[in-house]
Amino acid sequence: MQWQDATIARIEGRSPRVKSFFFRLPQPMTFRPGQHVLLRLTAPDGYRAQRSYSVASAPGIGPAEEIELAIEKLDDGEVSPFMHDVAEVGDEIEIGGPVGGHFVWSPDHPGPSLFLAGGSGVAPFMSMLRQRSIMGSRVPVTLVYSARTREELLFASELAGLASRGDGFELMVTLTRDSGQHAYRTGRIDAACIARIVAAIAAPVRQVLICGSNPFVETAAEGVIAAGIAAALIKTERYGAADPQAEFERQQHGG
Amino acid sequence: MATRGFTGRPDRSIDLPPGQHLVSDFPVLSAGPTPRIDTDKWTFTLKDGVRPVKSWTWAEFNALPQSRMTRDIHCVTTWSKLNTAWEGVLIDDILADAGIEPPTGFTLAHSYDGYTTNVPTADLVAGKAMVALRYEGKPITPDHGGPARLLVPHLYFWKSAKWLKGLQFTQRDELGFWELRGYHRYGDPWREQRYADD
Repeated sequence: MQWQDATIARIEGRSPRVKSFFFRLPQPMTFRPGQHVLLRLTAPDGYRAQRSYSVASAPGIGPAEEIELAIEKLDDGEVSPFMHDVAEVGDEIEIGGPVGGHFVWSPDHPGPSLFLAGGSGVAPFMSMLRQRSIMGSRVPVTLVYSARTREELLFASELAGLASRGDGFELMVTLTRDSGQHAYRTGRIDAACIARIVAAIAAPVRQVLICGSNPFVETAAEGVIAAGIAAALIKTERYGAADPQAEFERQQHGG
Repeated sequence: MATRGFTGRPDRSIDLPPGQHLVSDFPVLSAGPTPRIDTDKWTFTLKDGVRPVKSWTWAEFNALPQSRMTRDIHCVTTWSKLNTAWEGVLIDDILADAGIEPPTGFTLAHSYDGYTTNVPTADLVAGKAMVALRYEGKPITPDHGGPARLLVPHLYFWKSAKWLKGLQFTQRDELGFWELRGYHRYGDPWREQRYADD
């Protein structure tokens, strides 16, 4: 594993629970949209904690000198509370990678592609959609993005901007716990809504990428399969280990 | 070099492999959708290269000697879980039922979804590994790899292939799904062999 001491160049709040950290890399990194990096913290006694985070920024053209990681604070976590509450601009943090060669998107893929994101699982799709935009790609891509509330929607205005260009990118946002006035769909994604989305895509879907908590991924993958898409076309990235929220959602799903 | 302000969890006294942390739940990590395999259609096949040595139906496999293993498990994504209790069939008992000695030093595990992982044969025998059918006294749920998964608890948990369909002895060490995508060919948590060059 290639490790380097990256410097926090900027921190931006994305939602009450998510902050974006922009890391300046002394050794510029070549990565593919969808890959993740490792973030490693070391205590004075040598104890280390490491977690992986999907890169949210686009690789761009040539090796990237800066990467964005959107980190959700998990209250019983070890790395994310440190990043949210202790880390500051100018701090050096060890970053390793990139890693993961499976859950990736290439601008060469002809599409149509269907992306399904739950919560902070939108991060790798931001890398893909930003790269698609940089490349001027018109490959058909639909993003279905499920968040709890409006204030927990990440990258909302940027995504709306990308979707308004008429370049083949379609966005569908659904809010699971926001009954207030808003322009989005309300409720969890389910098989019926996925079937409608798949039916609305002009050509047969040739690639499905799903990223979110395990219950979200399970529901989405089952819905996509029920909509007639072959399991072999589906790639998943499951977030959230010891996340009380994920545990809660799992119980809500009854299993 | 220490990270400014980082001390780590207060409860990190337990002896875990380097870079691991404890979880109380059981996270799921898979590269694709969860396959649902009907035990009426399930078979397990042992192969020597391309040659099938023996196949078992679900009923036949359940009639093999059942063993218990209670072990700590370590996922490459850094979570560990202590004292997980599994029941199933030791690889030794599968080989005995097939009436063979391991023909090669390399094994490739195959899953119903096309996933593969390579494990040295020596790490599967002598009571070190099993095909698990039950977890904590209950059938293994589909998201955790049921109806049957490989259990090689002394290696990182991606080696414990879910939705297991068979084991294949190979002439060479043929890399599996994650091993072809940058993960370590052996994966010993105590030596922190997470990635290919670790």
